[in-house]
Amino acid sequence: MTLSAPGPARNLPQYGALIAVLLANWLLFPDFFAIRLQDGRLFGSLIDVLNRGAPVALLAVGMTMVIATRGVDLSVGAVMAISGAIAATMTGAGWSLPAVLAASLAAGLLCGLWNGVLVAVLRIQPIIATLILMVAGRGIAQLVTEGQIVTFTSPALAFIGSGSFLTVPMPVVLTIVLLAVTALLVRATALGLMIEAVGINRLSSAGAGVNTPVVLVAVYVWCGLCAAVAGLIVTADIRGADANNAGLWLELDAILAVVVGGTSLLGGRFGLVLSVVGALIIQSMNTGILLSGFKPEFNLIVKAGVLLVVLLLQSPTLTLFLPRPRGARPIGTVKPPVAPTSGGAKP
Amino acid sequence: MTASTAPPSAPLLAIRGLSKAFLGVQALDGVDFTLRHGEIHALLGENGAGKSTLIKTLTGVYQRDGGTVALEGREIAPRGVEEAQRLHIGTVYQEVNLLPNLSVAENLFLGRQPMRWGLVDRGAMRRRARAVLQPYGLSVDVTAPLGRFSVATQQIIAIARAVDMSAKVLILDEPTASLDAQEVAVLFKVMRTLRSRGIGIVFVTHFLDQVYEVCDSITVLRNGRLVGERRTADLPRLDLVAMMLGRELEAAAHRIDLGPAELDSRPPLASFKGFGKARSVEPFDLDIRPGEVVALAGLLGSGRTETVRLVFGMDRADKGEATVDGRPARLRGPRDAVRLGFGFCPEDRKKEGIVGELSVRENIILALQARQGWLKPIPRRRQEEIADRFIRLLDIRTPDAERPIQLLSGGNQQKALLARWLATEPRLLILDEPTRGIDVGAHAEIIRLIERLCADGMALLVVSSELEEIVAYSRRVVVLRDRRHVAELRGGEVSVERIVAAIASETPNPIASETPNIEVRQ
Amino acid sequence: MSRKWVISAATAAAALMIGFSGLGAVQAADKKLVVGFSQIGSESGWRAAETKTAKAEADKRGIDLKISDAQQKQENQIKAVRSFVAQGVDAIFIAPVVATGWDSVLKEAKEAKIPVVLLDRQIETKDPSLYMTAVTSDTVHEGRVAGEWLAKQTGGKCAVVELQGTVGSSPAINRKKGFDEIVAKNPGMKIVRTQSGDFTRAKGKEVMESFIKAENGGKGICAVYAHNDDMAVGAIQAIKEAGLKPGKDILVVSIDGVPDIFKAMSEGEANATVELTPNMAGPAYDALIAFKKDGKAPPKWIQTESALFTPDTAKAEYERRKDAY
Repeated sequence: MTLSAPGPARNLPQYGALIAVLLANWLLFPDFFAIRLQDGRLFGSLIDVLNRGAPVALLAVGMTMVIATRGVDLSVGAVMAISGAIAATMTGAGWSLPAVLAASLAAGLLCGLWNGVLVAVLRIQPIIATLILMVAGRGIAQLVTEGQIVTFTSPALAFIGSGSFLTVPMPVVLTIVLLAVTALLVRATALGLMIEAVGINRLSSAGAGVNTPVVLVAVYVWCGLCAAVAGLIVTADIRGADANNAGLWLELDAILAVVVGGTSLLGGRFGLVLSVVGALIIQSMNTGILLSGFKPEFNLIVKAGVLLVVLLLQSPTLTLFLPRPRGARPIGTVKPPVAPTSGGAKP
Repeated sequence: MTASTAPPSAPLLAIRGLSKAFLGVQALDGVDFTLRHGEIHALLGENGAGKSTLIKTLTGVYQRDGGTVALEGREIAPRGVEEAQRLHIGTVYQEVNLLPNLSVAENLFLGRQPMRWGLVDRGAMRRRARAVLQPYGLSVDVTAPLGRFSVATQQIIAIARAVDMSAKVLILDEPTASLDAQEVAVLFKVMRTLRSRGIGIVFVTHFLDQVYEVCDSITVLRNGRLVGERRTADLPRLDLVAMMLGRELEAAAHRIDLGPAELDSRPPLASFKGFGKARSVEPFDLDIRPGEVVALAGLLGSGRTETVRLVFGMDRADKGEATVDGRPARLRGPRDAVRLGFGFCPEDRKKEGIVGELSVRENIILALQARQGWLKPIPRRRQEEIADRFIRLLDIRTPDAERPIQLLSGGNQQKALLARWLATEPRLLILDEPTRGIDVGAHAEIIRLIERLCADGMALLVVSSELEEIVAYSRRVVVLRDRRHVAELRGGEVSVERIVAAIASETPNPIASETPNIEVRQ
Repeated sequence: MSRKWVISAATAAAALMIGFSGLGAVQAADKKLVVGFSQIGSESGWRAAETKTAKAEADKRGIDLKISDAQQKQENQIKAVRSFVAQGVDAIFIAPVVATGWDSVLKEAKEAKIPVVLLDRQIETKDPSLYMTAVTSDTVHEGRVAGEWLAKQTGGKCAVVELQGTVGSSPAINRKKGFDEIVAKNPGMKIVRTQSGDFTRAKGKEVMESFIKAENGGKGICAVYAHNDDMAVGAIQAIKEAGLKPGKDILVVSIDGVPDIFKAMSEGEANATVELTPNMAGPAYDALIAFKKDGKAPPKWIQTESALFTPDTAKAEYERRKDAY
């Protein structure tokens, strides 16, 4: 009942990178690990990493399963904007919190359903299918907010962004809950196996009687839900829905988190926890750069450099040259070369 | 049979004491192999004998642990397929490793396109492509995407590419597995021509006839060790099989005789009336009764595979109706078929059968789990029990149930697929070419298994090109030609001669008036 | 395409017929100035306010304003300008989405003797005669105004953290430049941290959070200077969540003058904002009317006012602006 792909050695690059980035932050900023209570809420840089990393971590949870089916969901950033726009606008119009939450989450589910139907039933390539909503979704959000930043004052909704539960910030709590629910959903049922089977070989899975359209629709719907929750958090956090900027480019961070977490874009085996670790690696760097006082012009370069190292550590070619921990299985864990890239030269 | 050139001082390829281990399992243990100039050399052995490992070590896919490889007396250690290619070692695999989206010409000249003024000279490429393919009797549109052609044609194009790249050593890894008799004949002609040009050919196959037809020498491996090297002319067939199996081959599978009367008295399990699909297979009637084996025979492309795909719902029939247990049945997809108690092992294992990166265990329980639904997961312990039971029952050779199935040999993958369906306790099991690409030992095991299943009351619908095999276990044979069911043989009528006669018989269909080229594998 | 063309042709024909049928109407239309305005789009609240104000100011002066929304695309703007030329408007206003690539279409307008006014942004051209004037704010000056206020307020002694706009964008560069000029003049003023908050609330909040941690829980920070109000609003929340009082423990000064910052000021959580007025069209109309009346060409650059607002007028200003945005 593991949450991650088998093989402890395989997880080393992710955890190692996270620890390395955290230590680097500590060297740059000695109070990095200092945590205190502020108004009944944990306060400190490490908490910032978790708190700010929550939206991308949530997106990564949903994205992991989509990518495991050999798909991708580019629309999650736009779905965040839609969910946030609905939440802020409805709150402003005086709706109660349960109604607001239900509407926002329903919007996310609906967006996921749209993507899922395009991919599973109409068989449009995922990157194209979700591109439609990526472009249109932000427009929909702008329609909802009428192009403005819609602010609200409801403390109940704001609680989702800046409140806390047992001193833990709500975004972190929500991420942990959603991660746990997702993990339970896929690993305590046979859904995880079917997601992996469909991602590795859709034809074979269908031939074995797996209901592939339903599996595909389900992962996109769940991904939409995760995005909606992320959108609620971002909106609640700034007490306003910014349709132009909420979740902008976060789909790319989420994909990156999943890849850094070791799930292949070619589908198949996936690790939810590792994707969240991937999101935390990215956020640790963001926070570290802010604390370090580097010029903002360097932000992207530093980020790219660190990510390159993490991804290189996972490269099958490169790991062959590194000393392997005992028990590591190069044959069993490394993907075989893909026919289109190497096949041409073989005959 | 030998090359006309004077024997050079060093053999073309000399492998001595080659060793390779994976995770402590010795895949190759001190193997010698010698290939001379102008020789066709069969490399034979059962699953797990080490044939693939030997070839992959030779072509640089794996790096050897020990031993030497010398090409014309010069030590070599290629670190990749490209380097092996530069050393004039060309390889053609059973599964064509070309790019289906590119044109035939582009595939032939990939990485070495004729250039003019820094651009690919497409005209020259097309002309040269036609010239390269001409000796193979292939006059295809070289500008069409490769994927549009049959596996057989793709295979020949792959061989043409390797030969054209000035290989001295040509490794053919089960090239004939997907070819029909006519294409095999063409290939052998090419192989003989290449031999006369001094090229050494390593030929891996499961067809013993072909070994005796075309090979000069035979090297047999078993469990990673060398059993021996012989001249083909000096090795009787029975001795060869004994070398491969390490034991005397059991007597050929015996006929089961269930009287037609008794058979026909049983109500059909599944019945198809006017079942068909445009551009796939003409409408046919087919009854399948519990406990019988119905075989579909015919040439490649005669509609055998198309028929079973309709029966399992992989393709959706646009005509006719199906009844199961006397009730109309909906067959809109594999899921319907699974619910009706059908199982299907497809012809293309890699593409439609196995889920490569999943473990043997997960592959075995997949259909059962799919039928139960995702909400009722099979507990891990139960999964392991099922997997272990079938690994033992079918003798699936794998270190453990957690090994990714893609790392198993073809025969063991096939057995795992059988296990996947047997775990669902199907009432009708459909097997499309169950013994293709499988070595002699596994072959016999699968045939025995088919008989046993049928004795247990399971119905079997089998597609096979091996007519003797069909005759051995089938109660009824449906013969197909040109996408049409043309004859049905039952009980005592079933024989190779009659099947061949049915395939070759004159036909009212004017399209098929040209005499089909038939070769029966004895 | 062809159907659209047919419809517009039909409309034109109908307009002609109406024109012929009533000469009086034609004369009335002659007196009324017609201005075509190619607007970038409505990507921000400020942009929407600019459009709204342009309409209101046109009504005030009895000008007939035709607005074309380019949806962030220059090709749409070029199409709009061509169509304005074809319609024979009296003047064309453009809020250019990019700085280059305008020469040929502006030449067409010039040949048709239609004056062009640039709003809000400048263009790059070798031939300045292609447009009559540009109405823009001076973003360097905005930074200067913010800096001067802060210097005065703190007696020239202040450790400032700066929330920059999107890296490389011209308002971010210029607002930093203007502010830095004032810092250089005051030895007691210092920018202790500066980072990009991408002009958004969310990033503004995140960056401010880390500034507070990096500067000893915010005790080392005297003021935050944000390149736009949205980042300032985010920063205010970060300050509050750190247990500090924005506007008192840490002063907040920013630029733009959107309604939300006035609201924050009226609640005592922000201290000053420099307005980037959305009224770009008003001065343009005035220049145009003067030009039409006595042929006097306005200066090449009409600089809008960069007014500073503080909490004492915040409540009234908020009420006034609420609807414009």
